[in-house]
Amino acid sequence: MTAGMQSSPKLQRRAVVRALLADRGNLLVIAGLGAPAWDATEAGDHALNFPLWGGMGGAAAIGLGLALAQPDRRVLVLTGDGELLMGMGSLATIGVQRPRNLALVVLDNEHYGETGMQPSHTKFGVDLVSCATACGFAASTLVTTMQQVTALRADIYRAGGPLFAQIKIAADKLPLVLPPRDGTHLKNRFREALFGKDAYFQR
Amino acid sequence: MATHWSQHLHALFKQQNIRQVSFVPDAGHTALIKLCEADGVMRAVRLTTEEEGIALAVGAWLGGDKSVLLMQSSGVGNCINMLSMLSVCQIPLTMLVTMRGDWAEFNPWQVPMGRAVQAVLEEMGVLVNRADREEEILPLAEGALRLAFNTLRPTAVLIGQRLLGAKTFDQ
Repeated sequence: MTAGMQSSPKLQRRAVVRALLADRGNLLVIAGLGAPAWDATEAGDHALNFPLWGGMGGAAAIGLGLALAQPDRRVLVLTGDGELLMGMGSLATIGVQRPRNLALVVLDNEHYGETGMQPSHTKFGVDLVSCATACGFAASTLVTTMQQVTALRADIYRAGGPLFAQIKIAADKLPLVLPPRDGTHLKNRFREALFGKDAYFQR
Repeated sequence: MATHWSQHLHALFKQQNIRQVSFVPDAGHTALIKLCEADGVMRAVRLTTEEEGIALAVGAWLGGDKSVLLMQSSGVGNCINMLSMLSVCQIPLTMLVTMRGDWAEFNPWQVPMGRAVQAVLEEMGVLVNRADREEEILPLAEGALRLAFNTLRPTAVLIGQRLLGAKTFDQ
C-alpha cells in the first residue's frame, strides 16, 4: 500500500459485482441486505441468488450452512461492511469449519448505505482482512484495483477456501435494482434450481 | 446427568436425516453434542452466538440439509431478529432449548430470559412444546422435528430445568 493509496479513486461497486458474477456457471450466491442485493440483481437476477431483505448479520452464516450442504458447489457470500460487522463472530465459526467451497466478499464502502450513509467501523480503520486471517480463513485479501477483482474472481471459482476479501468501493448511492422480496418464492426458486420438483418432497 | 435421552435424541436425528447440528455449548446438551461431533455423517457446528444457528439453518435448507439448533434458554434471546427469516421464507428448523431460570436457579441473571423464552419464541412464529419429565423428551422432539419439516415451520422443545438438574455453583 503506497502513501497515495487513500486518495486514489475507489472501485465502482456495480462494475466489481458484474465482474465477480460474469460467467457464473454453477455458483451459488447469497447477497447481503441493501446495496449488495441490488448489485447482484443488477448483474442479473438468478434463481441461484438468494438476496436478503433482513437477518442483518446473518449472511456469512447462511453461506456457511449452504456451503456445508452443497460441498461440490462454489458458494459466494457478497455482503456489505455493516452487515458483516454485525456478524463478526461468524468469521470464527466459519474458520473452525473450514469449508473449502466458501468465499466471503465484503463490498466495503465504509458506510451504512440504507440508513443515511452513516460511517461504519471500517471508515475508522477496522481491518476486516486481518480479522478473517486471525479466524482461520485460508486466504484473506484487501482489494483496491480491478486487476485484483479479476484475480479474486478466479479464486472464487477455483481456490481452496474459505476465502475472504474486503473490496474498497466508492460510497455512491446508485439507483435501486430490486430483487423479489417474497422470501418463500426466493427459497423455492433456489431449491427448485438445485433439486427440481424434488424440492417440494424432501424427506 | 442423564445421558440416556441424549443417545435417543442422537438416534432420532439420524433417523430424521438431520445433517447439521449447531450449538453454543451448554451443560444440558453436553452428551448430545459429543455424540453429534463424533458422528461422521452429521456436521456439528460450534457457534459464537446462537443467532448464527438460525442463519445457518437458512443456508442449510437452501442447500437441502435439515438442521437442528441446540441452545440454552438465554441464547434464545440472541436469536430474535434472525428468527424472522424462518417464518418469512417458510424455512424449517427444530430448536432444543435447555432451560435456565425456571427451577432452583442460583443465578438471578438467568431468570428474565428463562421466563420470557416461550412467549418470545411464540411471538416470532415458533411452535413450542415443553418437556418436564424425561419420558416426554423423545416423543416431543420427534413431534417437533416432524412438524417442522412437514409443515415448513420453526419448532422448539424446551427441556425443563428440574429435569436437567440445576447448576449449584457449589453453593
